[in-house]
Amino acid sequence: MLGRRVFRLLLQVVFVLLTVGTLCFAMAELLPGDAAYRIAAGRYGYDLVNTEIAEAVRAELGLDRPALLRWAEWLGQVAQGNMGQSMVLGDPVLHLVAYQLGQTVWLSLVAWLMALTLGISLGLWTAMHPEGWARQAVDGLNTVLRASPSFLLGVVLTTLLAVELGWFPVAGHEDAEHVFLPALTLALALCPGFTQVVRDAARRVLGSDAFEFAQVKGLPVRAALWRHALPQILLATLAYAGVQLVLLIEGMVVVETLFAWPGIGHALVHAVIARDIPMIQGTALTMALLFVLLSRAIDLLLHALDPRLVDAQAAPASATP
Amino acid sequence: MSIPHRYPPTLPRRHLLALACSTAFVIPALPSLALAQGRRALKVVSPWEVSNLDPSKSGYVFTRLEIAETLVEVDDQGLLIPGLASRWAPSSDGLEWRFTIRPTARFHDNTPVTAEAVAACLRRTLAQPGVLRNTGAQQITAQGGEVVIRLAKPFSPLPAFLAHNSTLILAPAAFAADGVVKQLIGSGPYQVVDVKPPQSMRTRRFDGFDGKPPQIEAVDYLGASRGETRGMMASAGQADLVFTHDPVNFARLRADRKIKLQLQPMPRTIYIKVNAGHRFLSDVRVRRALSLALDRLGMATTLLRAPEAAATQLFPPVMAEWHVRGLPPLTQNVEQARALLREAGWQPGNDGVLRNQAGEVFKVALRTFSDRPELPPIATAIQAQFRVVGIDMAVSVVNSSEIPSGHQNGSLELALVARNYGLVPDPLGTLLQDFGPQGGDWGAMGWHSAQVSQTLADMGQAVDDRRRSALRGSIATVLQAELPVIPVAWYQHSVTASTRLTNVSVDPLERSYRISRMGWAA
Repeated sequence: MLGRRVFRLLLQVVFVLLTVGTLCFAMAELLPGDAAYRIAAGRYGYDLVNTEIAEAVRAELGLDRPALLRWAEWLGQVAQGNMGQSMVLGDPVLHLVAYQLGQTVWLSLVAWLMALTLGISLGLWTAMHPEGWARQAVDGLNTVLRASPSFLLGVVLTTLLAVELGWFPVAGHEDAEHVFLPALTLALALCPGFTQVVRDAARRVLGSDAFEFAQVKGLPVRAALWRHALPQILLATLAYAGVQLVLLIEGMVVVETLFAWPGIGHALVHAVIARDIPMIQGTALTMALLFVLLSRAIDLLLHALDPRLVDAQAAPASATP
Repeated sequence: MSIPHRYPPTLPRRHLLALACSTAFVIPALPSLALAQGRRALKVVSPWEVSNLDPSKSGYVFTRLEIAETLVEVDDQGLLIPGLASRWAPSSDGLEWRFTIRPTARFHDNTPVTAEAVAACLRRTLAQPGVLRNTGAQQITAQGGEVVIRLAKPFSPLPAFLAHNSTLILAPAAFAADGVVKQLIGSGPYQVVDVKPPQSMRTRRFDGFDGKPPQIEAVDYLGASRGETRGMMASAGQADLVFTHDPVNFARLRADRKIKLQLQPMPRTIYIKVNAGHRFLSDVRVRRALSLALDRLGMATTLLRAPEAAATQLFPPVMAEWHVRGLPPLTQNVEQARALLREAGWQPGNDGVLRNQAGEVFKVALRTFSDRPELPPIATAIQAQFRVVGIDMAVSVVNSSEIPSGHQNGSLELALVARNYGLVPDPLGTLLQDFGPQGGDWGAMGWHSAQVSQTLADMGQAVDDRRRSALRGSIATVLQAELPVIPVAWYQHSVTASTRLTNVSVDPLERSYRISRMGWAA
């Protein structure tokens, strides 16, 4: 059973690796413009780029060889577990991506937990008080947040919390406190979705027979909420939040640039601009693999947390007389 | 009704959840007070990232932070002064240059800076693409405390090329066996503490430096590519020195009493590179009309927020030797522009767009790029100004490399670029690339002036100051008359410095942040 699962996961990983890597390669090849000039500009800065330097880059990287040959070489490298070297920076792609991924995952996790906290609090509050000013205020706030691009949100938050109040650093990544503003920016962007999901789940659970029964048997509302409603609400939210975590990691290009955060989104954009094919492949592949692994992890977590799913699997065995 | 399944006690899970949530908010909010009190580091922010340790790629960051030195330095007037080399002289035939290395200089690993180490580092530089190759250097050796450079033919600006940041000197221990830079070991007043590519690095004072010891002990450098980020860091007082601000922020930054905004003219010109081989643009009357259509003062005032940035000729006044005071300035005159276009055979159609006798519409495309954020807005302003005289110009914002590659494959029509004449302190290096017989990737295209080519070649050999000055004047005059490139604006470098800092000065050549000269206000 476990062996089959692992085998299927491996198969999926190999499939993703080949598809994403090949697609990245093909797209970078098909883009208009001369890659040698692009890479030279990425390496030496635009002031110094001229034809002589571009030709030196072309010769060094063998860009004039047929694309099919270069693709085959890449396949051979990947088979040996080597993702190649960045054409611009010269460092091994794995080394670069490992560092950037760490930064991005840290920022994403903090943002995700913040969004989860905000979403659960606001969602529960508005589910329990469906009428009145609080609900309207939360709805209003969420509408504004949903309509604001991350860049604007980031600038407004920074102006308020860093420039005017001086509570947090504007940008950088050296110290722990640097993560707060970029994480809050991302969290606020996610907050409306979380609130909505929590609220819907909460209303369903609060209106259920089970919740009513918990109260009928004499539990105070608070205890009924903590013990019976919250686990169900969290399960519904977790499935949604899992997908959001993946999207978060992939969608933080703007925020990373604004807050000078050395993450993977920032690296991907730079790689595309400089036509650094190994880096494009490396970053895109990492994101794709992350997607596969995280969705698998969320599935497993849901299985582990939801007794009904465990029961359902166990049921056929125990149902036989 | 079935009795609902009883969950196990939820206390631990609840606590875990609460803990996780509060951690998310609390940990990042913990201010690192210990660090702030432990050492007073100068915080520098600029748009440039530290992507790589190789001097040919990120060398400018390492010379600006005074980590590594070049053989030759430059003073405020652009004149060459001793750097790692205390003196230099060419042989009588001009084919061999000898540079004497400052005997007291030490690398950050406490080894002496020897002529052998310098020669080895320069040989590595010569093997890579970069400005040193443009000097015709053939052999670099060490002989008794001197570095000897042999040239293929005499080249008098060689010392200026050895002031370029890609020729900075690193210790032998800085390189791995395969020649890759594994550690930055320079000889400047600051040494590297750590580098976190692509955005930050930290340095501290190098006690073994043989010059005047700097007052500022430590420096934190951050590369932040967004202008908004840099502006906010300056306003929040979280960065002491911030380079390159968006012109729209100038008024707000000036109003801030914690910081001081300085605008420093630089030897960098924003101009339109013209494909003079294009059938519409080969007529010099058309190029003059394009120039007369430009409202340079308007663009400098509204887009660059610095009226003095409006260009009247190619070389800005900060390039004192090259700027020709008596040259009739480039100005706006729409009527004259229309008249010149008529003379050149262009008549406006019903839609106001010009057509020639063959019925062709005057449609051209201009490429520009966003590495310099002021270029795209200037390009759209130019688009509107050309439209007034009947030229339909499309603007495309592309990668900077599309300009040299468009030059090579001939597809380029017009390009708006910012050209740096201070890359090598002697602009001759840049001009030789731009206005030589074949034109240049960033300079003339489809245009050639035998006089300019000859003068540039003569300047490479001339050593007499008066003769060089006359030659410079003649180049500027021809370029103004024939307009192979159409000057638009002179570049201003914007810097904010915290009022906590003293002795702040801005290097017009952007070679150094001059941190070693600064101090903390009492």
